[in-house]
Amino acid sequence: MSADVRNAVLAVLARIAPEADLDALPDDVDVREELDIDSIDFLSFMVGIYEALGVDVPEADYPQCVTIAGCVAYLAPRI
Amino acid sequence: MGEFRMPSLGADMDAGTVVEWLVHPGDPVHRGDIVAVVSTDKADIEVEVFETGVVGEILVPAGETVAVGTPLATITDGGAPSPPPVPVTAPPATSPATPEPATPEPATPEPAPATEALPAARGATLSPVLRRLATHLGVDLATVTGTGTAGAVTRADIEAAAAGPAPAAPRAAAPTSDRTEAMRQALAALMARSKREIPHYYLATDIDFSRARDWLAATNAAQPVTERILPVALLVKAVALAAREHPELNGTWVDGVYVPASAANVGVAISLRGGGLIAPALLDVDAKPIARVAAELGDLVNRTRNGRLRASEMSGATITVTSLGDRGVDRVFGVIYPPQVAIVGFGRIAERAWAKDGMVGAHPVVTMSLSGDHRVSDGHRGGRFLARVDRLLQTPDEL
Repeated sequence: MSADVRNAVLAVLARIAPEADLDALPDDVDVREELDIDSIDFLSFMVGIYEALGVDVPEADYPQCVTIAGCVAYLAPRI
Repeated sequence: MGEFRMPSLGADMDAGTVVEWLVHPGDPVHRGDIVAVVSTDKADIEVEVFETGVVGEILVPAGETVAVGTPLATITDGGAPSPPPVPVTAPPATSPATPEPATPEPATPEPAPATEALPAARGATLSPVLRRLATHLGVDLATVTGTGTAGAVTRADIEAAAAGPAPAAPRAAAPTSDRTEAMRQALAALMARSKREIPHYYLATDIDFSRARDWLAATNAAQPVTERILPVALLVKAVALAAREHPELNGTWVDGVYVPASAANVGVAISLRGGGLIAPALLDVDAKPIARVAAELGDLVNRTRNGRLRASEMSGATITVTSLGDRGVDRVFGVIYPPQVAIVGFGRIAERAWAKDGMVGAHPVVTMSLSGDHRVSDGHRGGRFLARVDRLLQTPDEL
């Protein structure tokens, strides 16, 4: 399950930052900083997560989803 | 019968390249339809037609670069047969370094109509339209052999690569820095002109964002993720409303004459992934509800970064907003985009010590700046404009 969620998260990120080498992206870094994602891109990321996995992340929980590992940990139990 | 001409997509544009035709002779078109993709130094732009009729003749084929104003196609009323082609009188704005050679025969037969290829002057630079197509079809561009002019990769090349095995001879990686460099040069020319011609004055004020933040939190908590509003949308809307009330900051200076605008079309400075900057316009912001402004702003940013801007968005801005808050910048003093006469800057929204009613507390605060054109306005009016934006942000539910 976690691997599927991780792949889905990476697929969404790949659409937002198509030039990024996501294979080289550590799971524990802030994707906003690492991939130069601004607030509009981050909202697109959350919308993409919702469309891909059906999880509507409340705004108050965004800080839990700024790393790949954080996303997977947050999303996996909610699917 | 009318002519569809190469549009001017900004004050710094002299010429453009037809990247792709989205219509064919005989196709009916309506005012506002997107009929072609035009490449400028800054981006590939989807260009709308401004009349209703039927496409007559395509006068400038895909791949050709022509000056602004050159007829690109004829538009008939649909009742008569297509007239003979009108000669293109304007010379190509840029010429390939060498006469364009005949397209070499591809190794395998291909459908007859040649598809778009960027001109030799651009080398093998690939447009965002074709990059999108490659991504959509899952084609690795590094494995595609270009059969267009000067080896440029064409739509047919990408579609062929998607349909069959990868060609045996991989081409060299396409240079991706050409457009970034061209954009940098175009921006440098425009900004140099701005600094040379426009006597800037600069003002700044700090704004308590507490009420706006609380309103956003409450509003967004009740909204699905697809309809949430970002702080920048509130800022853009407040600027638009204040700009409408301060006509000397909302308009264009052309040939020594200032023309105030009747609507607030807010240019939004958008950084591109991989470098570069474009400031397309969000149209009629003052007349739209905040939810729509937020949705259109997100759409504009996404389309800008994916190379899908429209012509009407490239030349209609009457005032520009730049926000570098996401990058941690405290305050930004912008350079005015000619022919506009003002640019508004926002830094990050950060908790700061803020005195209110005799008490000091931690409040979310944003620094707003105004760079104004002294030929049209002065610091007094600029100050009133900043104060008006501040007041508007204190009643976010009315935006």
